[in-house]
Amino acid sequence: MADTEEPRRALSLDRWRGADGGVWLLFAGVVALLVLAPVISLGLIASRGSGDLWPHLIENVIPVAFRVTFILLLGVGVLVTAIGAGTAWLVTAYDFPGRRILDWALLLPLAVPTYIVAYAYLDILHPIGPVQTTLRAILGLTSPRDLWFPEIRSMAGCIILFSLVLYPYVYLSTRALFLMQAAGLVEAAETLGARRRPVFFRIALPLARPAIVVGTSLALMEALNDVGASEFLGIRTLTVSIYSTWINRSSLPGAAQIALLMLFIIVTLIVVERWARRKQRFTGSAQRSQPLVPRQLTGVRGWATFLLGALPVLLGFVVPASYLVNEAWKRIRFNGIAPSILTETGNTILISSIATVFTVCLGLAVAYAARLNRHGIGSVLVRTASLGYALPGTVLAISILTPLANLDNLISGFSQELFGVSTGLLISGSGAALVYAYTTRFLAISVGGIEAGFEKIPRSLDHSARSLGHTPGPVLRAIHLPLLRPTIGAAALLVFVDCMKELPATLLLRPLNFETLATHLYAEASRGTYEDGAVAALAIVLFGLFPVILLARFARPAALTGGRAAIVADGHL
Amino acid sequence: MNAARVLRHILPLAALAGACTASIASAEEVNIYTTREPGLIEPLLQVFTKETGIKVNTLFIKDGMPERVAAEGESSPADIMMAVDVGNIVDLLDAGVTQPIKSEALEAAIPANLRDPDGNWFALSMRARVLYVAKDLDIKSFTYEELADPKYKGKVCIRSGQHPYNTALFAAYLAKHGEAKTEEFLTALKANLARKAGGGDRDVARDILGQICDLGPANSYYVGLMRSGKGGPEQVEWGNAINVVLPTFDGGGTHVNISGAAIAKHAPNKDAAVKLLEFLVSDEGQELYAHANYEFPVKPGVAPDAIISALGPLTVDSLSLGDIAKHRKQASELVDKVGFDN
Repeated sequence: MADTEEPRRALSLDRWRGADGGVWLLFAGVVALLVLAPVISLGLIASRGSGDLWPHLIENVIPVAFRVTFILLLGVGVLVTAIGAGTAWLVTAYDFPGRRILDWALLLPLAVPTYIVAYAYLDILHPIGPVQTTLRAILGLTSPRDLWFPEIRSMAGCIILFSLVLYPYVYLSTRALFLMQAAGLVEAAETLGARRRPVFFRIALPLARPAIVVGTSLALMEALNDVGASEFLGIRTLTVSIYSTWINRSSLPGAAQIALLMLFIIVTLIVVERWARRKQRFTGSAQRSQPLVPRQLTGVRGWATFLLGALPVLLGFVVPASYLVNEAWKRIRFNGIAPSILTETGNTILISSIATVFTVCLGLAVAYAARLNRHGIGSVLVRTASLGYALPGTVLAISILTPLANLDNLISGFSQELFGVSTGLLISGSGAALVYAYTTRFLAISVGGIEAGFEKIPRSLDHSARSLGHTPGPVLRAIHLPLLRPTIGAAALLVFVDCMKELPATLLLRPLNFETLATHLYAEASRGTYEDGAVAALAIVLFGLFPVILLARFARPAALTGGRAAIVADGHL
Repeated sequence: MNAARVLRHILPLAALAGACTASIASAEEVNIYTTREPGLIEPLLQVFTKETGIKVNTLFIKDGMPERVAAEGESSPADIMMAVDVGNIVDLLDAGVTQPIKSEALEAAIPANLRDPDGNWFALSMRARVLYVAKDLDIKSFTYEELADPKYKGKVCIRSGQHPYNTALFAAYLAKHGEAKTEEFLTALKANLARKAGGGDRDVARDILGQICDLGPANSYYVGLMRSGKGGPEQVEWGNAINVVLPTFDGGGTHVNISGAAIAKHAPNKDAAVKLLEFLVSDEGQELYAHANYEFPVKPGVAPDAIISALGPLTVDSLSLGDIAKHRKQASELVDKVGFDN
């Protein structure tokens, strides 16, 4: 009997693993559920509220918060697209002095957390700060009141600050696309006599739309979910309203309801955008992609172009980073370095690395499942797995707390019954909760990046391999992984930098006696000794810098599809 | 491998890990969850550890402390929860994560209006909401009501109206003057602002130095933190750029708020935790506290730090902390209604 059973089982297992990628889909489903768990938990919290605060919210809060949020996002959206796509085109289409430096330097602002940039600029541009003091000295003014100077604590200030820090998301995705896709069509247009600038607006930019959307939506979600910088600059977004409702009116359910509303709006926008370009196809054939030959700009035009491209780097990185170096140096001379900073650096790198491994592996699995199941539920799973990024960090953390602690208490109860020993807070007490939170939050980055990478790999490769009888697992390992390596590297480094900078979830979910650089900085800041925090802030920037530079190295070939094209491009760069 | 076998492999490991954490916890230790930065009380904790041999672990959380302790339930390692602002402390009680404590030492040291009648929370220190004023303005006395005086149009700096320190001040105003008057006050105060409500209390001093504004409400201890040089040389400049006035309510006293602590419902080291609280309100503890934080001690007879004493005598307003906490939600809604932060 066993003899007849075995082959049949093997057969069904084979089918299960086989053509439709069932196992992959199942796994992606589990990942999506893991991401969905906090959202469900948030829904449960929201349902505990009576909704009695909505009349007040609708009358006094929502209209303003919506307007403020809308203006902020519109402003940031326009600016990051302009800076990100503009600089990407600049270093793709033109060759000028310093281009190779700019190519990676444009990514540097990624390394600096937004709230640090906000603090640095407030200090630098304050009436008693260096800029205004110097201006007054030059103009011979004695009182700060005699000098009109734009106030950074304003909507315009907030938009500019966010854009200077967040544009690299757009630069990264768009530059990759320009490198691999633009060449053919751009050269075709130029053969027909079009000049390079109109080509940008009429061909390259529309073609780059999916990449711009990916980058811009990441940037916008960062801006939307920020609390530190916007609160600091006095901009009251929807997220800040969530906080007031929760903290000042002690209504967590009310706060959860606003957060769900926000999530709903974000999801709607994403769905609408995808629907709007449902009929457009952007993928070219990989084998034929050739990098665009940049146009030489020499002399004054060359240097002017360099200065233009260097401006975002200067404002988004060089200025705040020099400020930090200066403050940190003052502090070290004054107080020395806190010995705890070594441990904190270790903690930060350890927990960020673990979370990055999880985030990237799960992202790969989900993206692959979606590729195997193109017309089915796959794309729904991808979108679901990306939901965590649309929630503010603290809201995500609060939503994770309850299910994890329940699980902990369940395990503890089990163990108590079986072995008479309580395990206590096994998950939330060990830092696993942090890994879970980071993974849920940043999965959007890895899924998005890897999905885009998959799209550049022609499906004919899959079909050939599969028609030779290989199952999805080996195909992924033998064909996709080598081609995807740069994309995966880029996603990993982006996730790592974001984990390092993450503050709100870390603050709420970390175990006792576990500090990271971000929490150290926050502690100093909340004590009001920002200068003390400068050392930790600098450490975040420094350790964020390595991955960003690595990212620049990795991301180049990532822009192109795989082997041959990459080699061509590398030689060219 | 079936599920039961997996379980048999994993659970002993889990139990082992649990046993390890349990054995660590069984040494004399006490765990503090705190929404105020623990670095400030670190010197006190060191003295406590030296005197009693009890090790103190701290976890600094900003928002969500009651939620975290509630979620952790019986397994929570938290013994003591510390928070600032009476509203946030009452939230702990409302979340059901505290337990009533009977301690003669605590009751003797802390006046009755500064602790929960059932012993669910205790104030450890007080801070006054004072006025920072530009040096060239000759203001000797001031009422909170005057902040709305049109003669200060374009001269007032303040942090967000939704910050607990301001919400508590407005809640006290509300308890004293009623809703209509408070709304008028907030509207007029908003009209007096020199810049958007935002930043921190210290920014009021910095912006006065930068001549953005002339006056604004802020907490008393920041004066000590700035002028002592603990915040670095620049902050000494900010602190010295201002005069500090202790305002009162019209016909009342100065608005104070508290920092306080509660013992967690499932505190694993309850005895050690109570010992620590008793230490914090002892003469020695209160004195250390006052010098470390520049706050007012709760224990009668213990003097504040010299920088703070120099601000003048503090007459605490008679309104109870409970009343302030009760009006918090309404105050916060009024802040929204008049668009204070917009």
